Amino acid sequence: MRTCGATPGGPSLDGIDLSKQTVIQGQVLRDGSSDSVPNGAAVTNGHVRLLDADGEFTAEVPTNQEGQFRFFAAPGSWTLVVQAPGARVEKKIVAAQGAPTDVVIHI
Amino acid sequence: MSRETSLVTADWVAQNLNNPKVVIVEVDEDTTLYAQGHIENAITFHWREDLQDGLIRDLISKEKFEALLSKSGISNDSTVILYGGNNNWFATYAFWYFKVYGHADVRLLDGGRKRWELDARAFVTEVPVRTATRYVAKERDNSIRAFRDEVVAAIGTKNIVDVRSPAEFSGELAAPAHLPQESGQIKGHIPTAKNIPWSKAANEDGTFKSDAELKEIYQGAGVDLSKDTIAYCRIGERSAFSWFVLHELLGVNNVKNYDGSWTEYGSLVGVPVAVGA
Repeated sequence: MRTCGATPGGPSLDGIDLSKQTVIQGQVLRDGSSDSVPNGAAVTNGHVRLLDADGEFTAEVPTNQEGQFRFFAAPGSWTLVVQAPGARVEKKIVAAQGAPTDVVIHI
Repeated sequence: MSRETSLVTADWVAQNLNNPKVVIVEVDEDTTLYAQGHIENAITFHWREDLQDGLIRDLISKEKFEALLSKSGISNDSTVILYGGNNNWFATYAFWYFKVYGHADVRLLDGGRKRWELDARAFVTEVPVRTATRYVAKERDNSIRAFRDEVVAAIGTKNIVDVRSPAEFSGELAAPAHLPQESGQIKGHIPTAKNIPWSKAANEDGTFKSDAELKEIYQGAGVDLSKDTIAYCRIGERSAFSWFVLHELLGVNNVKNYDGSWTEYGSLVGVPVAVGA
């Protein structure tokens, strides 16, 4: 069980019934100019879009002040599209009920 | 009703930030984003707190709408520019709302908050102080608003366009995937509705596609636009987006937004429901 503050990537899962929800979440970080280590600055002006297995738009959220985002989806294959000034990144994921899919995306 | 009279670009807004005739309003379901930063001189309306009655499920009354606009410093001859996050869903809902109450000059910022943000244009945190006005609204124009009985009667006779995502249309999801999937009502769609997601009409940056592309989306899906059309979604904001596309950008007159949408229809006792793609 993840606890508040210890989650790498997405926001705290406290209060979310993971037995009923299929959570896809994560954090968007901007890589430094000289390396690609996963310690970049949080992207606070990003938009994360969730596409279904057919590539159809399902939802979109702006990143929060920690660069985080969250979706409540259904089990299956999804694609995340991250847009921010000067950047666009796609990431394919598989979501399941019971355990959150938590990703860190670098742009 | 045309792209020229209903839509403005980010450049146009940037050039009119201090135009006294222009009032810029950010509209969303979450106004904390406004507090973090907004377009200079923009005020904000909260989709629920400002625009929903609260006691009964309905638009606010004409008198309350007049009071809201008056205290916000909006005059009958103001050019109101609406924008928001969520790909302008709630801004287009507000656009439709302003038209229901007969405001003459209301326009939408193409691409909304997202396009502005992706362009790395400036946001400010200062909240403008506007001088109150005495706004006078018109009686509601229900020619652009559909109610439940009309929707039930439209099954198999009028165009019904479900603008939600395919997953919501089929019954897999009960709400857009950024919201918890908990809902009292059943899942599915109105029989004979065609699923033409709102997102088909928008580019990835949130701006609208060209008129030719928009026409093809509806005609390609087999919608005869010479017939009356009712658009719906879950709570009426995404269908306002598609209503905007049809009524304002393409100039199709006989289009209504069913703002009761699936949260109403999916809770009605005894009405027909379809599931699957």
